[in-house]
Amino acid sequence: MNQLDYEFLRKLLRDKSGLDLSADKQYLIESRLLPLARKTGLASISDLVQKLRDGSSVLIGQVVEAMTTNETFFFRDKLPFDHFREAIMPELLRARTSRKVIRIWCAAGSTGQEPYSLAICLREMSAALTGWRVEITATDLSQEVLEKSKSGLYSQFEVQRGLPIQFLVKYFKQIGELWQINADIRSMVQHRQLNLLHDFAQLGTFDVIFCRNVLIYFDQETKINIFGRLAKSMESDGFLVLGAAETVVGLTDVFKPLAERRGLYRPTGTVQAKTSTLSALQKMATIGGH
Amino acid sequence: MRTCLVVDDSSVVRKIARRILEEMSFEVIEAGDGERALEICKQGLPDAILLDWNMPVMDGYEFLGQLRRMPGGDEPKVVFCTTENDIDHISRALNAGANEYIMKPFDKDIVAAKFQEVGLIQGMSSESA
Repeated sequence: MNQLDYEFLRKLLRDKSGLDLSADKQYLIESRLLPLARKTGLASISDLVQKLRDGSSVLIGQVVEAMTTNETFFFRDKLPFDHFREAIMPELLRARTSRKVIRIWCAAGSTGQEPYSLAICLREMSAALTGWRVEITATDLSQEVLEKSKSGLYSQFEVQRGLPIQFLVKYFKQIGELWQINADIRSMVQHRQLNLLHDFAQLGTFDVIFCRNVLIYFDQETKINIFGRLAKSMESDGFLVLGAAETVVGLTDVFKPLAERRGLYRPTGTVQAKTSTLSALQKMATIGGH
Repeated sequence: MRTCLVVDDSSVVRKIARRILEEMSFEVIEAGDGERALEICKQGLPDAILLDWNMPVMDGYEFLGQLRRMPGGDEPKVVFCTTENDIDHISRALNAGANEYIMKPFDKDIVAAKFQEVGLIQGMSSESA
């Protein structure tokens, strides 16, 4: 792929999805877009770029989807799910005794492994949740991955990464070569298409937000803006879970890390100052609407 | 160094498993069937056993039953690694005392994930996007 093509794709992805690729991510583009090019009957990334320059909006959508779809697996990184079981849920069970409702948002729900891992955690602690309502909302930019998530169908390869075998036996059914997560677990997760650049206030207020391995794609200004809006969509005693390589430190003071719980953050109650950034971004999101 | 006994009648599979396990810092011992594996276990129990199901002489299921009845035989972590990929086989294996279960084909990521699951190796964070 030549430099011009790469720069074109970088700008396109930035405008359409906020995805901020550094200068050395050619390999990522090739690994994600070459299969798409082939599927579309194009021989190379250059041919794909030419088609994009001609303004094929369907293809633009497919490129954005292909580039923003994260690799994901059940109980990815383990630690966040330990936090969920050992810290987040026990505290919320204490704090919400009168309301008995807990709302969880997976802001990059992808193909469903993360929301379903949380649903399995909840099912495993169902004795403590009698009389409670726990909602899991999974959103993603990509309609294609959301459809996969809804179907709850996974390959043999996918169910072997991170999912303990006892959970496979307990919560999945074999359908030919695939494995489908049981309907009662699927029904615990609501799916919505959502671009994090757009307003998400309509989703309501959450007690827990998992927003892992998606902000790494955004530039600093966008990250700060999203953190500000995540804080507004969260109860004052809620929990934010970020990916292993992510942090709020040095970016924003609307969340603070929990020292003893890596990757776990709580709102500080500080209101974000930079409203100008917000309106600028909203304008950009409207223009780049997906 | 911790040891892993690889029990599989295919020398190719044993070789692939050996390469993966050695990379994970295991000392690897090989056996071509369950009976040979039992003999090895009687001389000294390994920390982990990667176990095929269908093998000549003695299959993996029979081996597992006998291992778990040996003195100290409940110690090794047993991970089945087989083409048998239906719920019935998996349930039977778990009831017989298997700790984890890999459905072939497998790769390094799957072996690492399963070994992590049963506490044989530390978790590796996956920070790459």
